[in-house]
Amino acid sequence: MNTRRSFLRRSALLTASAASLAFATLAAGPAAAQAGPDKIRIGWAVAKTGPNAPGVATTVLPNYKLWVEEINAAGGIQLKSGKRVPVEVVEYDDRSSSEEAVRAIERLVTQDKVDFILPPWGTGTNLAVGPTFHKHGYPLLAATAVTDRAPDLVKRWPNAFFFLGTGHGYGEALVSYLEQERKAGKIGTKVAMMSVADGFGVDLGGAARKVLAKHGFELVYDKTYPVGTQDLSPMLNEIKGLAPDVFIAFSYPPDTLGITDQAKVIGFNPKVFYTGVGTQFPLYKNKFGANVDGVMSLGGIDADDPAVQAYFRRHKEVTGQEPDRFASPIVWVSLQMLQQAIERVGVDRAAVSKELASGTFDTILGQVKLVDRQWPKLWWVGQWQDGEFRGIAPTDRAGARPAVIPKPAWKP
Amino acid sequence: MNALPSPAAAGNSTGAGRLALQALAVAGLALLAALPWLGADDYLIAVGINILQYGVLATAWALFSGPTRYVSLATVAFFGIGAYTAAVFGETLPWPAVLAAALGVSLVLALIVGLATLRLSGVHFVIFTFGLAELVHQLVNWYEVNVTRTLGRYLFVDISQVQIYWQLLALLVAVLATGWAIRRSRLGLALQVIGDDEVVARHVGIDTTRAKLLLFAISAGFIGLAGAAMAPRWTYIDPAIAFNPVISFQVLIMALLGGANRLFGPLLGVLPVALLFELLSGSFPNHFMILLGLVFMAIVYFIPNGLFGLLERRRQRAGKEGGK
Repeated sequence: MNTRRSFLRRSALLTASAASLAFATLAAGPAAAQAGPDKIRIGWAVAKTGPNAPGVATTVLPNYKLWVEEINAAGGIQLKSGKRVPVEVVEYDDRSSSEEAVRAIERLVTQDKVDFILPPWGTGTNLAVGPTFHKHGYPLLAATAVTDRAPDLVKRWPNAFFFLGTGHGYGEALVSYLEQERKAGKIGTKVAMMSVADGFGVDLGGAARKVLAKHGFELVYDKTYPVGTQDLSPMLNEIKGLAPDVFIAFSYPPDTLGITDQAKVIGFNPKVFYTGVGTQFPLYKNKFGANVDGVMSLGGIDADDPAVQAYFRRHKEVTGQEPDRFASPIVWVSLQMLQQAIERVGVDRAAVSKELASGTFDTILGQVKLVDRQWPKLWWVGQWQDGEFRGIAPTDRAGARPAVIPKPAWKP
Repeated sequence: MNALPSPAAAGNSTGAGRLALQALAVAGLALLAALPWLGADDYLIAVGINILQYGVLATAWALFSGPTRYVSLATVAFFGIGAYTAAVFGETLPWPAVLAAALGVSLVLALIVGLATLRLSGVHFVIFTFGLAELVHQLVNWYEVNVTRTLGRYLFVDISQVQIYWQLLALLVAVLATGWAIRRSRLGLALQVIGDDEVVARHVGIDTTRAKLLLFAISAGFIGLAGAAMAPRWTYIDPAIAFNPVISFQVLIMALLGGANRLFGPLLGVLPVALLFELLSGSFPNHFMILLGLVFMAIVYFIPNGLFGLLERRRQRAGKEGGK
């Protein structure tokens, strides 16, 4: 009897504390909302847990933190009136779930009444929240979404902006580039390709396959593997036996590391060695050191540009980590554009969207104007050279480096 | 005192309390249906969608798992199949046909799987159903990668939030009505016998496999429909999004918290858990998982028999004391 009493008392205590907690949050809500025009409220719901968390922690969140830090260190965003207005952040965890992300965005709009919302990470989540941004008229600066439907989506959602190109864009650009090198006599026609069985691998692999055939390349190996495959060595051993000139892996970060490691172990060193997402991460260079030289992938930067260097320095200082060399600078550019648009037209979402669509912006990647609300200046192919992941294609772009082919041998 | 009231005994509980509960339910439903007109904002509707989604899933789950006591972790297999069917046909067929297709595919899948596996029982069945969800996920993945060569489908249909909300509400009413009808049918009685002792059930001449199969399929059909109804909310669907195993576990937890043996039991579990999730992820986004773990431990520790069990025990104790 006694134990039961104390159980009851304990559960009553629990209920009471839960209730007071609920009241405390309810009371905190309106007080924060009354902060008024002295602040610009920025919201984001990104994956802090679940499978999307590494992408968020590498590419998205450090940039958001750096952005808020720089703005508030300067006293705020300078509006047309000359007044500086600091930003205030409301953040949620979407737990890598589309449904959770949609609801979190609705919470940001209707409960927290934020002025602007920064996008989540990844193609799927950005598309999931697209209709909600559209319905409430919030600009969606999708800086980490790679989708072949981007040209249709900008027509459907007049407030949406796409920064990372299409899967077909990367696949086609890579093969066109290989075609140039083949004509120059640097590589032969034998290509081996493996791709992760997910949206990324399927889109890029599909595009590459089509264009490879068109240019008369011989695809000696073409297989997919499921997301999360631990041991890729059987595939690599088989590929090594086929002795291709060009090796392409449209892979995700864990596989990218595994493939590179295994290739080094078995001494598989084709003339062109291309791996997917993760190759551009600082982690990749830390793990493989000088062996990264010659490895190709998508993305890249013009590392000699002082504006880019300054960005890298600030990123390291404020967040304690290096940005990646693919989507990080693009996310940063989207934030620079948002800030400049707010400075020009004020805290008016419709006007900001219009300005983003038609204005010219001064970014770390130069003076840029979006084309059909899509980012026009992407590095399609990059390569590690002298410890930096440099853009090599499009070859006619300023800052493009000539590629090192054949790739140097693996060092022990 | 038996801790877990058997389904048969529960069916005979007091009439007055039951009537009051039903009246409350009807009034609640009317209020819920009118919510979008009563000035509910988008966020409230979004929370409503979440509660209704889990309400349908947990009630449908308990349709089968409650009386038979077969714990199924295959919820997301049917939910995902429903969502995927909607994504495949959503832009080419009219919406009612899409829903019908989702229902059909879930039913067929449940019948095939059920025929092969409902002879399993206990922990074997639990493990199998968990594997089933992953199997369906990987099969869809394989098909999309190797046959259609497009992974990730886009679903653009003109279905608003409020329409999704109403669809789920209608589905909840349908699943509750079905559960009510089954309880009053020969099938319901057969399932209760199976739940109490399957060997006895076979000896008294019940075709146990047929009864279980039928109910498994009905339950799966509702779960598939819920998946199809939810799909337009996400625009983009790939197998990882559609077959998220967390859904199976959440449904299980909610149904067990409420009490899987009673028609309204799962709903009683859905409401507090869904609201708690919302409160935690809204107020403590960085500590969500830790707090959630603590709350689940508290639930298992303090209310092992579900809220319905707790209420019933209170009532029984009050009755005994009154009698003295």
